[in-house]
Amino acid sequence: MRGLAGIAAFAVAIALMPAFVTSGYALNAMIMTLYAALLGQAWNVLGGFGGQFSFGHALFFGTGAYTMAVLQVNFGWNAWAALPAALAAGGAIGAAIGALTFRYGLRGSYFALVTLAFAEVFRILANTFQFTGAGVGLMVPLSERAADMQFATRAGYLYLILALVLVGFLVSWWLKHSRYGAWLQAVRDNEESAAALGVDVLRVKLQAIVVSGVLMAAGGAFYVQYLHYIDPHIAYGPAVSVEALLAPIIGGMGTVWGPLLGAALLHVLGETTRNLMGDAPGINLAVYGIVLVLMVSFLPRGVMGLLGTRRAARAAGDA
Amino acid sequence: MLEASGLTKTFDGLTAVEGASLHVERGTIVGLIGPNGAGKTTLFALLSGFLGPDAGRVVFLGRDVTGLPPHLICRLGMARTFQIVQPFGAQTVRENVAVGAHLRHRGRAEALAHAERIAHAVGLGAELDKLAVNLTIAGRKRLELARALATGPALLLLDEVLAGLNPQEITEVIPVLRGIAAGRDGTPGVTVLMIEHVMQAVMNLADRVYVLANGRMIAEGAPAEVTSDPAVIEAYLGHGAAERLRRAYGAAHAA
Amino acid sequence: MLDPAILLASALNGLTTGAVYALIALGLTLIYGVLHIINFAHGAALMVALYGVYFLHRGPGLDPYLSLPVMVPAMFVAGYALQRLVIGRASHGKDENVLLVTLGIAIVLENLALFLFKSDTQTIDTPYTFSTVSILGAMISVPKVVAFGGALVVAALLLLLIRRTDLGRAIRAIAKERQGARLVGIDVEHVFAMSFGIGLACLGAAACFLLPTYYVNPQVGNGFVLIAFTIVVLGGMGSFAGALAGGLLIGVVESLGGLWLGESLGQIGIFLIFIAVLLFRPQGLFGARA
Ligand SMILES: Nc1ncnc2c1ncn2[C@@H]1O[C@H](COP(=O)(O)OP(=O)(O)O)[C@@H](O)[C@H]1O
Ligand SMILES: [Mg+2]
Repeated sequence: MRGLAGIAAFAVAIALMPAFVTSGYALNAMIMTLYAALLGQAWNVLGGFGGQFSFGHALFFGTGAYTMAVLQVNFGWNAWAALPAALAAGGAIGAAIGALTFRYGLRGSYFALVTLAFAEVFRILANTFQFTGAGVGLMVPLSERAADMQFATRAGYLYLILALVLVGFLVSWWLKHSRYGAWLQAVRDNEESAAALGVDVLRVKLQAIVVSGVLMAAGGAFYVQYLHYIDPHIAYGPAVSVEALLAPIIGGMGTVWGPLLGAALLHVLGETTRNLMGDAPGINLAVYGIVLVLMVSFLPRGVMGLLGTRRAARAAGDA
Repeated sequence: MLEASGLTKTFDGLTAVEGASLHVERGTIVGLIGPNGAGKTTLFALLSGFLGPDAGRVVFLGRDVTGLPPHLICRLGMARTFQIVQPFGAQTVRENVAVGAHLRHRGRAEALAHAERIAHAVGLGAELDKLAVNLTIAGRKRLELARALATGPALLLLDEVLAGLNPQEITEVIPVLRGIAAGRDGTPGVTVLMIEHVMQAVMNLADRVYVLANGRMIAEGAPAEVTSDPAVIEAYLGHGAAERLRRAYGAAHAA
Repeated sequence: MLDPAILLASALNGLTTGAVYALIALGLTLIYGVLHIINFAHGAALMVALYGVYFLHRGPGLDPYLSLPVMVPAMFVAGYALQRLVIGRASHGKDENVLLVTLGIAIVLENLALFLFKSDTQTIDTPYTFSTVSILGAMISVPKVVAFGGALVVAALLLLLIRRTDLGRAIRAIAKERQGARLVGIDVEHVFAMSFGIGLACLGAAACFLLPTYYVNPQVGNGFVLIAFTIVVLGGMGSFAGALAGGLLIGVVESLGGLWLGESLGQIGIFLIFIAVLLFRPQGLFGARA
């Protein structure tokens, strides 16, 4: 329960921010960090807790984003009605991809590459069809009314993304404290052992990819509402897939706080690079790439792993 | 309780198990012995659903379980351990055992409590918070046992749980196994089918023994009977060994 | 129905592209076969090689084909160092880790290129860029024919290297039985790095053949990554003959598919082949078993 208290304290702290922080720049920084944390939380369910590394999470992100945009633009749906549909679409794509890949026993690097290939297929399809706006993309009409899930102030968007991240937190916490979470982590660590202990490996993996897909679709839906625009490259391109895996790998895979921690570190790193090197395109991502290589090489358990080791060492010292 | 008949499994031309049949009575400890490569582990995989047999049938608790996936067979009450231990390395002993315990306990707290009891019962009580990767070989073997036991099985298949242990450790584990089979503190006893190379343990524990050689069952009976069966001795020591042994034994008698 | 002459020209064009694909895939399959790792940075490394050829042409005015003796050794050294200093230290025994590290390298290379060279697409002009030759009545660009021949020659040299030299024997020994090779005293880490170096050297050659009819920008490698993987899984992971045949096949499929479906939808065909092969026939079209 201490974990839940920490999450609640975090939520209250962020919710109070708009009362003290009025700078649009600072609020935007918080929104973008929470948004990156949400994508990381989504990837973390499947990759961190489930051990199935996806290189194509854009698949779910883009599907959520396009469902959100297409329903509003082409069918005149209200955004609040479109949101559940976007989440369901993300989950459905997850179920379909999972059924295909996991049933045929795809694992490790092959699973990663196949998810990437699926994302590319969807990118090309979105680039082709008229109802997704083809290469031009879709623009969601501006309204700035909460009834349309748009807000006149940044604070509104902060609350929206905070709510979504809280859902991500609760899911992560539940994975740490439930039978399903124990099964999922067992599958991650050794599928054969898990099956021998009565775990339905295929089903557990399928459920994980669905949950992961729903959370990722929420990220896509938020993107559309915040920036009012989506195109095939943003939706299904590799950048979003990479963004989703960076945060948990840096923060700590399979941990509750890892994605947020990773997202915050990446944000600070990005801003620092910008201050040092100017706003040159590419340099930010190049630094992220270097961090990725360094983390996997030297800190495979992420920054949380570092903290955990400290704690374990202290406990051993006490004993 | 367990009735296997005519089980056959072939790997790219190599027949690992051929027409093997076996019968395990409730409340007994049955040994399965045989030289390396005889097909014992493969037979376990056929019984527990990890491999589908090319021919033959497995009936467990009156139900035909041939071809069922392993997790369903486990849910019906047959749990197995792996000869090559396969712990969830990144998790603690408590968490490892809790995965097994979750089969019959939905709540996290109950599963963890149950895991703790089981870990104590197999002698892992002091290592509950250790990561599984940090256990010794003996510790990992006990962990295999604990996890399988935590699923609350009616029948336990043990694949060389004593292999790699020193004589001291073996002497410690044998009573644990006996306790599991007999049932302690009001828990029901567990029927055991065990693959074992340590003859001391087989002779000590098993009510009956099956002998597998080159994929076929060549003998069955009480441990003492089986180990003096010439066919069995030949399977282990090579052709003509029984005759040589008998002569040597006979000569010793005469002297 | 399409005009048979167009079909023929398209198929021949596909073959020439396919030969270059095959060269790229050979490098990838060599690395896979020996190190059992998937080099996600293969496309980014090709991009680097293409920039190398481009700047050798723009600076000292070196003809792309004359860049071969520079680019092949340069890429070899880069590959050797990369494996020795970065990738080899990162695996911790999990193949996903290597995939992540090579992904990181790809991100670094691509974005450094973006930072240094901007996102503009560059091409080079040679006297022969637009010359053509008639083959079976179809007009094929001369540099593409050169690329076809060159790629096959390099592939043949690579096969000779693997079949006939001591290094090749060591590589094959390790591909088959890593532990055993270590026991008989082969310096496994060195051979790993040599293999990675040779794999990237193939890219150096491919870049020299590719640039006269192609272009370079920071993202150019992305298009090749999945194509190269498709060829490698199609031909059977680690199989040289499979990579050669797969490369030619994919070149033709892409070319003919583009004719019917347009270029971008034609690409979908390749991705779907990739997915289908991994799902249903992971041992490859030509492989007997995994
Ligand atoms: N998955 C497999 N693929 C191919 N051959 C196998 C496989 N599993 C076991 N074998 C072969 O089957 C035979 C029996 O092996 P095993 O059942 O492990 O014997 P035991 O447990 O009695 O030592 C051996 O020759 C072994 O090499
Ligand atoms: Mg065995």
